[in-house]
Amino acid sequence: MPEKARPPRFQLADAVFFNLTRGAAFLVLALLTGIILSLVHGSWDSITHFGYKFIFSSSWDPVAEEFGAWRPIQGTLITSFIALLIAVPVSFGIALFLTELAPAWLRRPLGIAIELLAGIPSIIYGIWGLFVVAPILMDGLPIKLGENVLFTIPPIQPWLTEATSGIPLIGKLFDGPPFGIGMFTAGLILAIMIIPYIASVMRDVFEIVPAMLKESAYGLGATTWEVVWNVVLPYTRSGVIGGIMLGLGRALGETMAVTFVIGNSYDAIESLFHPGNSIASILANEFAEASAALHYGALIEMGLILFLITFVVLSCSKLLLLRLQKGDGSHS
Amino acid sequence: MNQSLYLRRRLINGFNLTMSTLTMLFGLFWLSWILFTLFSNGLSAINLDVFLHDTPAPDSEGGGLRNAIFGSLMMAAGGTAIGTPIGIMAGIYLAEYGQRGWLAPTARFINDILLSAPSIVIGLFVWIAYVQHVGHFSAWAGSFALALLVIPVVLRTTENMLRLVPHSMREAAYALGAPRWKVVTAVTLRASKAGVLTGILLAVSRISGETAPLLFTALNNQFFSADMNAPMANLPVVIFRFAMSPHDNWIKLAWAAALIVTLAVLALNIIARVLLKKDQA
Repeated sequence: MPEKARPPRFQLADAVFFNLTRGAAFLVLALLTGIILSLVHGSWDSITHFGYKFIFSSSWDPVAEEFGAWRPIQGTLITSFIALLIAVPVSFGIALFLTELAPAWLRRPLGIAIELLAGIPSIIYGIWGLFVVAPILMDGLPIKLGENVLFTIPPIQPWLTEATSGIPLIGKLFDGPPFGIGMFTAGLILAIMIIPYIASVMRDVFEIVPAMLKESAYGLGATTWEVVWNVVLPYTRSGVIGGIMLGLGRALGETMAVTFVIGNSYDAIESLFHPGNSIASILANEFAEASAALHYGALIEMGLILFLITFVVLSCSKLLLLRLQKGDGSHS
Repeated sequence: MNQSLYLRRRLINGFNLTMSTLTMLFGLFWLSWILFTLFSNGLSAINLDVFLHDTPAPDSEGGGLRNAIFGSLMMAAGGTAIGTPIGIMAGIYLAEYGQRGWLAPTARFINDILLSAPSIVIGLFVWIAYVQHVGHFSAWAGSFALALLVIPVVLRTTENMLRLVPHSMREAAYALGAPRWKVVTAVTLRASKAGVLTGILLAVSRISGETAPLLFTALNNQFFSADMNAPMANLPVVIFRFAMSPHDNWIKLAWAAALIVTLAVLALNIIARVLLKKDQA
């Protein structure tokens, strides 16, 4: 229908509505630009004062106004790496269970239960990690039924230290003060927090594998595991990696849970049981109490570094997932 | 035939599938453990006083969370009220007008990144862009930060839900001579009402537990305050401050607050899912 045939007031209303929605979409772009620009603006003092050395310097002294981001960057990367190490195999197992093993009536409730794990706020993981998990890692826990002790969970940290003490390199990793809090605990809690994200992406991409492909493999006599490992996984590779990157992006920026259990120390990290800090935990602890302009600048610059790292990781994740969607179209 | 190879394949299969079942139990184990901890520590701390009194001074007995509960509700309402219209409008653009041009794909991409961006950076942004200029922490700043977290969630669900509406419905409305804005508001948006509502509920559930963006925006307030231009108490920051403190009474209240927040978040989550399922059935 030619536009002229419409009454003019409709045209006006349409134009207003169109531009309103376009403005809202534009706002999303403006938001991203605004975040980056304001972070750069806020950290300008620190950027000009320290230059690129800021990233590799490990001093942090608010009194002498010496700031460097290396320790928190290290802490962020190490805890996220531990988290991925635990979360990736577990998420894969969960996705496999939900798509191939669980009876149809169980799939939905179990899927929701795992997603609820993602719904629990970060601060709850923090308080739980500090008061429940850390003491158990440090001292163990006797499981009681009434008066009788059924069995005792061993104190995991001292146990790991002892078990690995003879092994070179690995022994060094687990050699440290068994305080319960530290890099290891933070990584463990992060792992639990990102499992639902990785698992639900994996489940979703496993579900798009055409039934015919899987049935062909079953028809040749493949076992369930062989079908998953040789058919499903290669077919969904980019989506699986995208899901892992999404989990990594979440882990890098996770704040409250890490702040509770990482120990908040600026000392050099000698082992995984050592207390440390991450970019997000430093921001949560110090920002509201900062006073000097340079202190603010340094903290904001760390926020900028964190945002840029997560931006790159999440972009990769998104691009990989998009590639799978496009590939899916051409396969069918 | 090659019996041992067959046996080996079956063993590997059996082992790996058992491991898969165990990982599922592993996931459920953490969920039930967290919930168990919350109930066992939180239930004993919850009584009527929690809802009737304000947060106590350090080292004093009694007290409650009235100001924090009120503050959390106010800021969640503020964040939702600001963020939802923007999210819905942008979602409409992406779903209804987004077939051509660069804006829609770019906005979709950026939105997906903002969805998972660290919330503490959002707090920093609001601090730089708003708090620093105004010169004081305020509940409005907290609401703005939360609104920025609402937008991506609402945008995404709105777009997805609008895309599910069959094209024949739009065409039928056009054929009756309806203008485009009317087609969108009265036909497609209406058809996906439940889905959009789900998105809003999920967004509310997400912001009700968010702590990091409130730390440098709304801060905290030991007293009851309804002034949106002043610092306001809120449950997540109270949990953070109280749990890290050495006072037993504060730690007890932190557990009570943790239980309240988690129950609210999980209830919203489950309601949203039930709503969506009913709509699809």
